[in-house]
Amino acid sequence: MQTLTQQLANPTRFMGLSARVLPWASAAAAVLIALGFYLSFFDSPADYQQGETVRIMYIHVPCAWLSMMIYGLIAVSSFGLLVFRHPLADVSAKAAAPLGAAFTFLALLTGSLWGKPMWGTYWVWDARLTSVLILFFLYLGLMALRAALEDESAAAKLTAVLALVGVTILPIIKFSVNWWNTLHQPSTDFTSTVDPSMRWPLVIMAMGFTLLFFAMHLKAMRNEIMRRRVKAMRAQVVAGRDRLAASGATS
Amino acid sequence: MDLGPHAAFIWISYAAVIFVVAGLVAWLIFDGRKQAAAMQELEKRGARRRSASAVE
Repeated sequence: MQTLTQQLANPTRFMGLSARVLPWASAAAAVLIALGFYLSFFDSPADYQQGETVRIMYIHVPCAWLSMMIYGLIAVSSFGLLVFRHPLADVSAKAAAPLGAAFTFLALLTGSLWGKPMWGTYWVWDARLTSVLILFFLYLGLMALRAALEDESAAAKLTAVLALVGVTILPIIKFSVNWWNTLHQPSTDFTSTVDPSMRWPLVIMAMGFTLLFFAMHLKAMRNEIMRRRVKAMRAQVVAGRDRLAASGATS
Repeated sequence: MDLGPHAAFIWISYAAVIFVVAGLVAWLIFDGRKQAAAMQELEKRGARRRSASAVE
């Protein structure tokens, strides 16, 4: 009896299952994000201190949440590759890296655009902002390291090691606002520190963005599996041509 | 809709998110089509996937 993970370890089976899940996940993400956008602009109040700029929170917080969650996923995938040699683990890690970089960039950008009217500056070198910037560079490092190595197997292992070393940034980001005196606000407790009129748009946006990521990750994994198949098939065609040439030369 | 004196910061934030997400989605769709077309082309030339006989 195979576990679900073992069943999904088969790329062909994963392609079949993901083809069925992808349209539903994409549609659910689109509906939730559309609803979240409506609530963010038309059904949530301005903040008593921040005024209308609080509306940036509805996109900044989901992007910041994804920036950390995606790195966590890459770390788990890297562990799966190094320890269990799961055939899809490297595909998952490779597919998630550019998505993580994009959402981390958006978290930094929207945070900066929120910071200017609230703090009077786009950027300060405080612990939270700096640690998220390091996370962004880690994503770029993972992609650059993989691109720099021709041997895919070696690239996968080295990238996985870097991803696991880099995972130490996640608790630093999470607790930076408690450990150091930062300009960034402390961690948000959704159940007590956010008014329900703002909590629901935020929760719906966070759920929509998370589903959006899962849909994009599935699609990116499917693309990566196809890319590897294309590479293997090209090698097969070249080998066949070489065999023909060799047999032609001997006859 | 009046978003107050800092409206530009709000609009630019939302526009950036929409632009980047739309870019990612477009890239994923075009990349998928490119890989699928390459696979079809190779299959026409006689190349076979190792998993071609497995459950699809």
